Amino acid sequence: MHDASTHESVFDGKRRARLDEIMKRYPTKQAALLPALWMVQEAHGWVSDQAMAEVADVLELTPAYVKGVVTFYTMYHQHPVGKYFIQVCTTTPCNICGAEGVVEAFLQHTGCGELGATSKDGRYTVVEVECLGACGFATPVLVNDDFIENVTSETVPDLLERYR
Amino acid sequence: MGYPHKPHPRETLVLSEHFGDSDARTYDGWVKRGGYRALEQALGMEPQAVIDEVKASGLRGRGGAGFPAGVKWDFMPKQKSKRHYLCCNADESEPGTFKDREIMRWTPHALIEGCAIAAHAIRAEVVYVYIRGEFTEAIAVMQQALDEAYAKGVLGRKALGSGTSIDMYIHRGAGAYICGEETALMNSIEGKRGNPRIRPPFPAAVGVFGMPTTINNVETLGSVPHIMTRGAEWYKSLSLSSPKSTGTKLMSVCGHVARPGNFEITMGFPMKDLIYDLCGGMSPGRTLKAVIPGGSSVPVLDREEAENCVLDYEGCVAAGTMLGSGGMIVFDDTADMVYQMMRIAKFYAHESCAQCTQCREGTAWTVRILQKILSGRGEMQDLDLLLDVGEMMTGKTICVLSDSCAAPVGSAVQKFRGEFEAYIKGARQPAVALV
Repeated sequence: MHDASTHESVFDGKRRARLDEIMKRYPTKQAALLPALWMVQEAHGWVSDQAMAEVADVLELTPAYVKGVVTFYTMYHQHPVGKYFIQVCTTTPCNICGAEGVVEAFLQHTGCGELGATSKDGRYTVVEVECLGACGFATPVLVNDDFIENVTSETVPDLLERYR
Repeated sequence: MGYPHKPHPRETLVLSEHFGDSDARTYDGWVKRGGYRALEQALGMEPQAVIDEVKASGLRGRGGAGFPAGVKWDFMPKQKSKRHYLCCNADESEPGTFKDREIMRWTPHALIEGCAIAAHAIRAEVVYVYIRGEFTEAIAVMQQALDEAYAKGVLGRKALGSGTSIDMYIHRGAGAYICGEETALMNSIEGKRGNPRIRPPFPAAVGVFGMPTTINNVETLGSVPHIMTRGAEWYKSLSLSSPKSTGTKLMSVCGHVARPGNFEITMGFPMKDLIYDLCGGMSPGRTLKAVIPGGSSVPVLDREEAENCVLDYEGCVAAGTMLGSGGMIVFDDTADMVYQMMRIAKFYAHESCAQCTQCREGTAWTVRILQKILSGRGEMQDLDLLLDVGEMMTGKTICVLSDSCAAPVGSAVQKFRGEFEAYIKGARQPAVALV
């Protein structure tokens, strides 16, 4: 977890060079906003107000504008999350194949207890998400960047063994 | 092929021929399978000739709207005074649909090749492939393929050594179904909230960065190389319902079938055969109750309608629904249609960009009414209210997200009314607690 009061700059050195390279793909600096926010999340694990201000500064936008964009997209975390961020699809196709049971199993076996809460050891956060686009492989689950198919409530404990 | 299953003899493998074969992911593997010959051929043709060939093939947009691809390309300005852009819509987020993901995961070079041919045809120097943020594997596979394509000179200032310059970049989304709407996608590339734009102006005049832009779905663009090498006539001849619906279609089938997966069929294929033969039918002892054939945004079919539906654009309209993206959600007799409609409405309420009142309020209101019914506190007039709200959500907003919520819910109220009434009359135990 990161203390919001001691913001570490994201865009210096190598990352700044990478962002400059990305900016060349677009005719405006603003267009590099989504990629820049991804870089922030990669570095810090979430997107703090301080990071939004830094992104605004680099891309010549206002912090309020950046926040408006951050809050539109569900994948940018506006607060710190567990070491393993677990997203379970519960939209209709997965729902009829038992996705709500998968969510229950994750809540139980991670110790999170409720959706969106981080487990006491800081390891897990479990959320329900809308359609992950892998409906034929119900239930798909994203653990950080790992896309895992065909998860059932029975396979959850074994799966969690890989994320300790 | 019916990935993750072996190809079924009744499939027609064009786009899915190499699904599951990791060697086809590499540049060398792709070239060995005949890859990039179509691009070479297209680059040697006048852009208009490429457009004419695609027009003649009858290829229609596979993202959901079914608009003829060649006609769309022809809308681009002929006198080039500004930069032209191509956007590839890989924001696949329509519930029930998972075909573009497999195209990108298994045949990334097919998509790159299709994009490059389209870019040449519409004279675009830059292609943005907008991939939804959750598709981590597809993004990685596509990025690797793009790097290879640059290294081999397929892309860049002199694409395949020709005089055409084509640059291609992945733009990663960040979790917003609405960004699959063409103008929302363009706003998202520009670094904005993904709000759809009012049309006109249409993208061919004012698209991404205010420049003439064409946007096509992954499956549409993936079909283009095959049309180039084998010809428009061949493509038309594949279909059982040519000339209106041509070529093959990847059907994503999910829900209560024995073998869910992607199945490539020719247009005009019977839905009944897809469900009972290719997908192996229902689980033992279960019967078919309903199908939503085009992703969750289209009207529900009951068993009889589904068993008589022909899978092409016209056949689905005749059955009272739409082919949409070809994402088929199959429900057996255990499915609670009221609960699942609430779950679908919840999806749209969550994904509404909230610009238009009818959508912002209508989707949330639909969820509340359905939850009231599911909690056992519904009244008969709530069913009329659902239809009334749905009517107010249809054809009145900037984009069709609102309509997409009203279509499945309204049709389910009409076709499965007894299930809704059972909750209202107390014949069914409440499924949710009202908050």
